[in-house]
Amino acid sequence: MKHRYILEYSSAMVDEPIIYTLIKDFDVKVNILRAEVSPGHEGSMLVELEGEGENISRGMDYLSGKGIRLMTIAQSLSFREELCVDCGSCAGVCFSGCLSMDAEKWELVVDREKCIACGLCVKACPFGLFSLKFGD
Amino acid sequence: MAKSYEEINARIARGEAVVLTAEEVSRMAEEASPAEIARKVDVVTTATFGAMCSSGCFINFGHTSPPIRMESITLNGVPVFAGIAAVDAYIGATETSPDDPAYGGAHVIESLVRGEEVHLVARGKGTDCYPKKSADTWISKDGVNEITMVNPRNAYQNYPAACNSTERILYTYMGSLLPRFGNVNYSTSGELSPLLNDPCLRTIGVGTRVFLGGAQGFVSWRGTQFNTEKPRSERGLRESNAATLMLTADVKEMSPDFLRAAYFEKYGVTIYLGVGIPLPILDEEMAAAVSIRNRDIPALVCDYGLDGHPPILRTNYEELRSGYIELEGKKVRTAPLSSLSRARAIAALLKLRVSSGAFPIAPPVQALPARSSVSGLSERGRTR
Repeated sequence: MKHRYILEYSSAMVDEPIIYTLIKDFDVKVNILRAEVSPGHEGSMLVELEGEGENISRGMDYLSGKGIRLMTIAQSLSFREELCVDCGSCAGVCFSGCLSMDAEKWELVVDREKCIACGLCVKACPFGLFSLKFGD
Repeated sequence: MAKSYEEINARIARGEAVVLTAEEVSRMAEEASPAEIARKVDVVTTATFGAMCSSGCFINFGHTSPPIRMESITLNGVPVFAGIAAVDAYIGATETSPDDPAYGGAHVIESLVRGEEVHLVARGKGTDCYPKKSADTWISKDGVNEITMVNPRNAYQNYPAACNSTERILYTYMGSLLPRFGNVNYSTSGELSPLLNDPCLRTIGVGTRVFLGGAQGFVSWRGTQFNTEKPRSERGLRESNAATLMLTADVKEMSPDFLRAAYFEKYGVTIYLGVGIPLPILDEEMAAAVSIRNRDIPALVCDYGLDGHPPILRTNYEELRSGYIELEGKKVRTAPLSSLSRARAIAALLKLRVSSGAFPIAPPVQALPARSSVSGLSERGRTR
């Protein structure tokens, strides 16, 4: 099973080889999709974790123990759907396929599993309906 | 077989009129000839819901006591044009708050439509007849005398799609354009679009009744940048942005379902408006005009990365709607900027209003210009 998470580090944790430990000690495959990490600053990383369920949950416990906050994409991307007019402006920039237009009804379809937290929709939506917690 | 406006209105009055949306008639046209459509269909409703920058409202606040000649005005901090009479003003949709580039006239208009109160601050020099020098109060649509939308340019007859050949993302009024032809954005409702269904403007002119932002309004004049010189396709459709309409309606009758303030990143504030026009099917020629399908409607794709945004591809709306087009040897994702689902809702609503007799069909009082071209602006002063 693959699961996507956003890891949020405090500035003190940025120097620690967390990903190395996750792979070596917990046998979890880690695919880094996006990262904003610089020494002395808080960091954010979008990762896809793949492995045995038990290994993943032990790995996640390890991360939590280190003070790293774990968020699912669903928690990270907020969308005020009730104000959406289904214009499609966001679908144009969403290259991961999370946001697309239904070809019959022409309504916006949101598949959060595909989000890679690129943030392009935040600027593309003319009504400012998206916000993304990643970095900053 | 020709039908007159009177005959169509009489059929509506008897509850016998056949009113279809432009999409429904386009499906019908897959089987039926224009002659059959002209016989069977009385009215076809068209609609669009998209960004229309050249929009705004005249507002008359009423007089304070003692009165003020309002010479500079803000509403929720957004400057409003005050250079007309004492308490008249014009709120432009794209006017921007000096404090917040993402807030502007469109947001003020939307607030008023929603029935919210808006903060009015006005100043004047004080005159013998208007002694007061400042006013500070809150207004709402029900409290002001008139609030009338008068939009200099709406409902473009076709509009080119946009892409970007450069190495960086471009933030435009055609949305975010990804580098190296990363996407194509387009903005018309295709076969449902009002002026595309009456390409010669036989039934749309000054005085034509329209749906605007939820209210019943009128075409008040030709729109600005009205252009009859754009080439036509084999089916007589304009290849790119040609005719436009100046539209008027009472803001007090509008609904936030069909009017929404918007902000395009690094471009500015604009307004999304719903516009709908019912077209009488007077004869075979009108039947043929409303029978257009997305594949019949030409669409240019322009490169916003190059000066003058030159077209680099000619395609059609069926291709654009498919989700991808082939551009510069690459499969490129396409997306709309105007809401087709809202446009469909307007066309369906208009169908009900026309059928019930609440939206009478009438010939234009005056035709829109048969010839009109658009000039640029030459600069003679010192360019800084």
